[in-house]
Amino acid sequence: MKKKKVRSAAFILTSILIACLVSGCGPRERADIELLNISYDPTREFYLEFNRAFAEHWREKTGQSVIIRQSHGGSSRQARYVIDGAPADVVTLALAYDIDAIAREGLIDPDWQRRLPFNSAPYHSTLAFLVRRGNPAGIKDWGDLAREDVSVITPNPKTSGVARWNYLAAWGWAAREFDDDEDLVRDYITRFYRNVPVLDTGARGASTTFMERGIGDVLVNWENELLLALRRRGDDFEIVIPSVSIRAEPTVSLVDRNVDRRGSREAARAYLEFLYSDFAQELAGRHFFRPSDPRFLDKHRDRYPQIEMFTVDEKFGGWEPATEKHFRDGGLFDRIYLAR
Amino acid sequence: MKTTAPRRVIPGFGLTFGLTLTYLGLLVLIPLAGIFLKSAGIGWQDFWAATTSRQVVASYRVSFGISLAAAAANMVFGCLAAWSIVRYRFPGRKFIDALVDLPFALPTAVAGIALTSLYARTGWLGSIFYPLGLETAYSRLGIFIALTFVGLPFVIRTLQPVIADLDIEIEEAAASLGAPRFQTLWRVVFPALLPAMLTGFALAFARALGEYGSVIFISGNMPLRTEITPLVIVKFLEQHQVEHATAVAVFMLVCSFVLLLGVNILQRWSESAGAARA
Repeated sequence: MKKKKVRSAAFILTSILIACLVSGCGPRERADIELLNISYDPTREFYLEFNRAFAEHWREKTGQSVIIRQSHGGSSRQARYVIDGAPADVVTLALAYDIDAIAREGLIDPDWQRRLPFNSAPYHSTLAFLVRRGNPAGIKDWGDLAREDVSVITPNPKTSGVARWNYLAAWGWAAREFDDDEDLVRDYITRFYRNVPVLDTGARGASTTFMERGIGDVLVNWENELLLALRRRGDDFEIVIPSVSIRAEPTVSLVDRNVDRRGSREAARAYLEFLYSDFAQELAGRHFFRPSDPRFLDKHRDRYPQIEMFTVDEKFGGWEPATEKHFRDGGLFDRIYLAR
Repeated sequence: MKTTAPRRVIPGFGLTFGLTLTYLGLLVLIPLAGIFLKSAGIGWQDFWAATTSRQVVASYRVSFGISLAAAAANMVFGCLAAWSIVRYRFPGRKFIDALVDLPFALPTAVAGIALTSLYARTGWLGSIFYPLGLETAYSRLGIFIALTFVGLPFVIRTLQPVIADLDIEIEEAAASLGAPRFQTLWRVVFPALLPAMLTGFALAFARALGEYGSVIFISGNMPLRTEITPLVIVKFLEQHQVEHATAVAVFMLVCSFVLLLGVNILQRWSESAGAARA
């Protein structure tokens, strides 16, 4: 018994030690400026490379050294952290709605989205389908996803940013297909979600369910996530681009209250503006995001085929009304399941 | 000799008790009070609506029902496992003993992913169970598997010292007095183990109720069918509805507290019943 206690004490101490080493309790790098970028999941690799380039750019321009720390996670949870006091200088999240949520708490200028070009979205993406090689289920467009013999993988709109885009894209397609006849659109959405056997909590989880567990005929996900998957497992899957899709705009903003308190506004603003530089646009293109600057988008046309896109603002009047109608408690999404 | 007020053998009661209170206060009481306070922000009617909507109620059924089932299964099989490890000597015993702690240490997300890849239709075990009509992943059975996994060590670790303390001579005495094996088990061994079994049950149940990480991978998260209450709470949080999330959390806390209190009372009762018999 005693030996066991000693052993578990040793175990705990070692764990703490390791945790300290990994998280960097030790001496830290010194820099003139430190920036914290709170972002969402799929941008990790992009920002890793971007941050290095920006640090160099900033040193050349001002002679100051800058360290950028980055944090990644589900978009709305990341927004929550900022609201709860995480000292982010900039946020680069999956949807404007999450930044709006921070703005509502007074941390960001309500007019933030007009401060940078392209609705403050330096890169964008859209939704596409991933099917098994040879497309055995014959999936061509959104309409096929509601077919009775098809099984669809998409995450839960209540917990996942991309799933909300998926839902709205399908709705937008149906609204056009059925001339805005709301009954027909709702019927379509209901049949669509009845084909979903598993509602994962996030985009990556849905990819795993489809690719590794072999469940479903089609995965609806970010184009960037699908291109990434294709790079790893190109022999087993192929991408299908629907006739129309939604323009998904991950947006970026300064967190005004934090940059003013920390005196980092100038560097943070330069950081965001650097996202629109030729270098960053090219980099985004390489990391599977569609560059918002049309010159760079055209350059990568083979990877990003032309597709008709609508925005949330055009079809739904913005995220606030869209959320209220579709995703709130007892909203249309809930009713799909409650109606059974 | 005149008896005086019993002096404590170990000094420092005031100091240790004060530290305990501070520690518990900072880590448990104040955060819990915060949850109650936050949930009070939405008013009684919204609180009721948030905690009793159909989807939320369905999630209570899933969470409480499957947690109870998993804890019950663990009570039985954990008891057998603890018995085997303590009473018998076999090769690899130390190894198995160490293995029991694994669910404690493993990050639950890792457990969830591992279990799902094993029990999904394409997995090793799933490919055996699915043809038999058992859907071992993306179903309530899948949740049960995950919750059994995380709860198992609680029962085993609670029972091991009790079984080790059990006097074999009492069993031998029972046998020599002519009690058949089953009677010895039922009248002698079982009553002695029952309080510890109930403790293990309560711990495994409490652990299962709060489990999130491993379940969401294997449950499929279908509204009304395989959604656990912690997921419902996360859903509210993701919708920036903090008050609703805390309301459901409070409801769950109160229910768990009442249930655990019940188990505690049952355990006291079984202890005193055992003592009375002895």
